[in-house]
Amino acid sequence: MSIPLRLTVNGERRDLVLEDPRVTLLDALRERLHLTGSKKGCDRGQCGACTVLVDGRRINACLALAVSLDGASVETVEGLANGDALHPVQAAFIAHDGFQCGFCTPGQIMSAVGLIREMREAGESVGDAADVERVREGMSGNLCRCGAYAGITEAVVAAARAEAQAGEKAA
Amino acid sequence: MPETAPRIRQGAGNVGSIGAPLTRREGPLKVTGRALFAADTLPPGLLHAALCTARIARGRVTGLDVAAAERHPGVVAVMTPDNAPTLAKDPDAKDGPFTFRLDLLQNASVRYANQPIAVVIAETLEAATEGARLLAPRYETETPRIGLDAEAPFTPPGIGIGQPPDEGHGDVEAGLADAAARIEAVYETPAQYHNAMEPHAAVAEWDGDRLTLHTPSQGLTAAVGRLAGLFGIPPKNIRIESPYLGGGFGSKGAISGPQVLACMAARLVGRPVKLVARRENMYGPMGHRAETRQTLRLGADADGKLTALDHHTLTASSRFDDFFEPAGGVSHTLYATPNLSVRHRGVRVDTGTPLFMRAPGEATGSAALESAIDEMAIACGMDPLEFRLVNYAEVEPISGRPFSSKALRACYAQGAARFGWEKRPLQPRQMRDADGLLVGWGVGTATFPALMFEAEARAELRADGTGTVVIGAQDMGQGAWTALAQIAADGLGIDIAQLTVEMGSSTQPSGGIAGGSAHTATAGGAVHAAAQAVIAELAQIATTDSASPLYGAGNAGVIARAGRLIRRDDESRSESVGEILARAGRDRITGTGKASADPAAQKSYAMHAHGAVFAEVKVDPDLGQIRVSRLVGAFAAGRVINPRLVQSQYFGGMIWGLSFALHEHAALDPRTGRFLNDNLGEYHVPVNADTPAMEAILVHEDDPHVNALGVKGVGEIGITGTAGAIANAVWHATGVRVRELPITLDRLLG
Repeated sequence: MSIPLRLTVNGERRDLVLEDPRVTLLDALRERLHLTGSKKGCDRGQCGACTVLVDGRRINACLALAVSLDGASVETVEGLANGDALHPVQAAFIAHDGFQCGFCTPGQIMSAVGLIREMREAGESVGDAADVERVREGMSGNLCRCGAYAGITEAVVAAARAEAQAGEKAA
Repeated sequence: MPETAPRIRQGAGNVGSIGAPLTRREGPLKVTGRALFAADTLPPGLLHAALCTARIARGRVTGLDVAAAERHPGVVAVMTPDNAPTLAKDPDAKDGPFTFRLDLLQNASVRYANQPIAVVIAETLEAATEGARLLAPRYETETPRIGLDAEAPFTPPGIGIGQPPDEGHGDVEAGLADAAARIEAVYETPAQYHNAMEPHAAVAEWDGDRLTLHTPSQGLTAAVGRLAGLFGIPPKNIRIESPYLGGGFGSKGAISGPQVLACMAARLVGRPVKLVARRENMYGPMGHRAETRQTLRLGADADGKLTALDHHTLTASSRFDDFFEPAGGVSHTLYATPNLSVRHRGVRVDTGTPLFMRAPGEATGSAALESAIDEMAIACGMDPLEFRLVNYAEVEPISGRPFSSKALRACYAQGAARFGWEKRPLQPRQMRDADGLLVGWGVGTATFPALMFEAEARAELRADGTGTVVIGAQDMGQGAWTALAQIAADGLGIDIAQLTVEMGSSTQPSGGIAGGSAHTATAGGAVHAAAQAVIAELAQIATTDSASPLYGAGNAGVIARAGRLIRRDDESRSESVGEILARAGRDRITGTGKASADPAAQKSYAMHAHGAVFAEVKVDPDLGQIRVSRLVGAFAAGRVINPRLVQSQYFGGMIWGLSFALHEHAALDPRTGRFLNDNLGEYHVPVNADTPAMEAILVHEDDPHVNALGVKGVGEIGITGTAGAIANAVWHATGVRVRELPITLDRLLG
């Protein structure tokens, strides 16, 4: 069996021929496209280590069959930085020590990027304590066994606020 | 609620020095997905393996449909006891307490649920996974023994790694008889599983009798030794690469069966093989924290001084191997008492063998002891913090040795002040928040021994002012990449930006074990010694060279700083590394160093880190729902190499303590011995929204005795104290004492 699949991954057209309809998006990224940034922690949508953006929305890549995503646009952690210039969320994770072992980190960062977009689209601010609770809730699909949650929350809030301020300046 | 705890705000300066809050050196790799974990290794010709595991807890496999699996497209081989490569050594042979028995397809017996019973190797992961399912094992099932009442308890020969099961002094019965107040309580803690986010993964490749293995390891040297024995090849033929561990927590301290099975599978098929444990595969062959039932009997006189402390632990090891959770150890060290008895008893059950899991013994024991101390304080009508101060141990209770350092009083004082403890009402159920939730405050004492293993390192300083340090150390998230660099940069007297660190490979000098909260002391000690050796040789060259401004200063008379050697008594006289080496006709100096515990110091002093944790919980009076709203920890652990990373370690530990108190519980069906929750959806660990506002106070502590760097470990202590503090806060909120952990709302209401 060979199934052609057309994806846009990090802005780049990637044509694949899958030999097997059971291949998840996560395994297609990791094993076929050798984009190993997205991690497999549970393979059943419980840990969030494989979080990527598909057509701009956060999903668990381990729960999506690749063949169901023909034509989709996928963003992974490999696509965030611009050369050596880190994405603001990536830089914030370093500055606020939002990780220890780093295994859940690609998923946390993609989840954060998606969450900040969701909050912006919904017109939610990140200006006060209630919004911090919103961030904590919004990041709770991503487990971190090391327990870096305080730094993760700080990093996401800082990145969101910086983006909001930059947006205001631009306007 | 404050939005986030105060954090260390200093930027990531590139001036490397011990004590600076540098950000993680490997951070850019981890946030971009470029840090390669074991499962990210993709050699050409790679095959994928999947485990078939036992669905019974005791018995034997009587049939596997190998033909069905082999027929599946893409399946290359099915490895079973019939065709598994012969091993040079029985994997059940023990040659020390650190060698654990492994299930490597040597026979058909099943000794626990989820034991590997076959491996399917295929061109794709999908084919391997389906092949494993098609094996459809048949069994002869025996009734498993499960739980602490499975059999009559016995006295194990040793607990933990070879510690005596029974210790103490005085006469606890007499002490209890003399007491003005006494309590007796039984606390139960459940089996817990490490659940590092990275499942144990192994990519194995053979070249003749040489093995290359990419797999996470907290102990590379021991893992090489184990593999060399099993495969009958010299250790030098084995290369293990483990630059990044996706968490370990003890589960990657000894190589596990599935990691060895990957090597066997690669040998069987003659191609590289990747075997990544599925999450459910990790509940069985990778160890766990054993369940305990701890009975504590305490007595106190009219002033609240303890007259007796009796700490009895019942725990379980597997039917086939020994690891008995050393829960009573905390009672050796924490509170002064004239009469002390610490005993451990065991039973054997049909589970995988337990293992060290973040604060092994201390976590379980502290949860019980800190609750019991609270109950004793209440029986004495005393504030629980005051009670702890009244029973403060000036010397180590079990040994009578002085502490090498102990700033616990400062921890209590600074933590209490920050938390606002003085406003705490003595009686429970006195406080409510604006929403009508019951509010309670609790305290727990934290402690963890300052251990040290053995390590070696190599350091190099070059004429251009750059340096390199090489050590087979292991970073599972604790920050070794950064902390060891800081130690090396200071030792070599260069800016950290000029330093390269090479670590995480078994080909490097042994970095010892990343465990026991001892890695910074051990690997850091070796790095420090190697750097000192380099500087000593450089100083020898300079101070004996009449052309040098340092001539005649003597080795001890110079210090290394900013790429120069500087005369200690006259800092205007100095010379750069390049100038010294140029005249000597050298382009570099290489040195080696070793570190291990100092037996004389260990004999003279008790060495422990200490801390105090204060918890606030809120409990719904109708529903019993519990939320931790605030945690303040104050810890004294000697010299701090990097306060940013140390704070993160404390936070991580405190979250584990919260998890211990309120979340984690591996549930087995007692009839079958099978897991009811071997996945991350049903085995609960805290998510972001479960964690409270946290503060960690780094209390100053100088320790001239503990080791050359004066550091104690920080990775595990945060769990201790925290679980008890939360349990005590739940009592203070509700007046209900739950002695079976985790404290869930049904137990609170029941």
